[in-house]
Amino acid sequence: MANLRTPLYDWHVAKKAKMVEFGGWEMPVQYTGIIDEHNAVRTAAGLFDISHMGRLSFGGPDALSLIQRVFTNNAATMKDFQVRYGLICNERGGVRDDVLVYRWPYGWAMVVNASNRLKIVEWLNQHKANLNVQMQDQTLDSCMIAVQGPKALEICRGLTEADASQLKYYYAAPTRWKGKQCVVSRTGYTGEDGIEVMISKAAAVELWQDVVARGAKPCGLGARDTLRLEAAMPLYGHELTETIDPLQAGLAWAVKLDKGDFIGRAALEQLQKLPRPVRVGLELEGKRAAREGCGVWSGSREVGKVTSGSFGPTLQKSIAMAYVEPTSAAVGTRLEVDIRGDRMSATVVKLPFYERKK
Amino acid sequence: MDLSKLKYSPTHEWAQLEGDTCTVGITSFAAEQLQDITYLKLPKVGDAVKQEGPFGEVETVKAVSDIYAPVAGTISAVNEKLVDDPETIKNDPFGAGWLVKIRMQPGTSTAHLLSYEQYQKQIESSGH
Repeated sequence: MANLRTPLYDWHVAKKAKMVEFGGWEMPVQYTGIIDEHNAVRTAAGLFDISHMGRLSFGGPDALSLIQRVFTNNAATMKDFQVRYGLICNERGGVRDDVLVYRWPYGWAMVVNASNRLKIVEWLNQHKANLNVQMQDQTLDSCMIAVQGPKALEICRGLTEADASQLKYYYAAPTRWKGKQCVVSRTGYTGEDGIEVMISKAAAVELWQDVVARGAKPCGLGARDTLRLEAAMPLYGHELTETIDPLQAGLAWAVKLDKGDFIGRAALEQLQKLPRPVRVGLELEGKRAAREGCGVWSGSREVGKVTSGSFGPTLQKSIAMAYVEPTSAAVGTRLEVDIRGDRMSATVVKLPFYERKK
Repeated sequence: MDLSKLKYSPTHEWAQLEGDTCTVGITSFAAEQLQDITYLKLPKVGDAVKQEGPFGEVETVKAVSDIYAPVAGTISAVNEKLVDDPETIKNDPFGAGWLVKIRMQPGTSTAHLLSYEQYQKQIESSGH
């Protein structure tokens, strides 16, 4: 199957972005360079095409019931216009996806990972059963961009009719951009302040150019990955999979076992009693990066595996996330990572690696 | 540096042959592909290398690439300055960005190496 293209594809190619396949989409991995783009987001403002993310909307009297059935967090306690992170689990407690749920006065929305969109749509349809819910996958008719960085809100002043700087963190507003309906939310995946905007695909290029003209630097998925790694945000397919449960991933705060039943709850209640590998942060000596799959060793014993690693451009250190046995997971534990046959010293450190000054 | 006097490998290393010594670097074509170099691993003087065998690696934010020896022999010099400033490979790949010198045994084969014209053809036919 051919890869999908976002409404901004031609713009990316015209600007000589390096394009790669990601989650079934052809996406820009970088324009001028990963470190350059990474630094723009940490010090000023960067702009990302995230139209590949799945955008689902829900209407009907039973929409909340359906969401509650599949979502590990509690959607019932959300206020109108609030956004909440949580997981969708399988019956065994493994993670099918990590998602954002949006509550509107008139319905609900969900943003899911590109690579999981069709799987999640199918899962939702399967669990809809006799519920009265209308679900729409709006991904291919719309676009989504993220403006991130300490200057993001400043440069986006007046961008939409609603003032994004008045939004609380993890809140959203249906509003307009140049008269066209859109949604703006105070969310992101970089560890910086910023917004995300969803709009019809017909408006994508013009909106994008508007934000570029305001001074945001176009950034690719390469920088998005190093930014989210420094912020220790999990990436589906790496820190989260169908065989990893959210509790071992350190996401217990997004799992409400007492909210009522949901898919995976019974399994999670059993799992939490068992020792199993947990997600940790590793800081490595030297500049070499640990990559996914590198073994983590304590003396002569392999105690875990790296799930993501890179040189962190802001921290100027080699950092990684890994799953290790609980006995090797305490902050300060000295371990070794096998990088292409060389054992590199590493220390378990507190997550996130990077936290912005507020 | 007269690039037409150098020999080349299909894996984008250049080789300057002088007597029993072969100086090795990566070509500007390869260097341009390396954005945001974070780490360079080079061998030690005295290490033996095989023809077309890996002798080092260059790492960028995104990926690690092996560097291959154009000829067999023993490492006789290493450009240690690069380890602290790997971006030199990008800025001056045919000059200050040289990587190692290999001492070849008498009779070491160099016939497999590409000429400048052959290497240019390879780059062009790969769509660049």
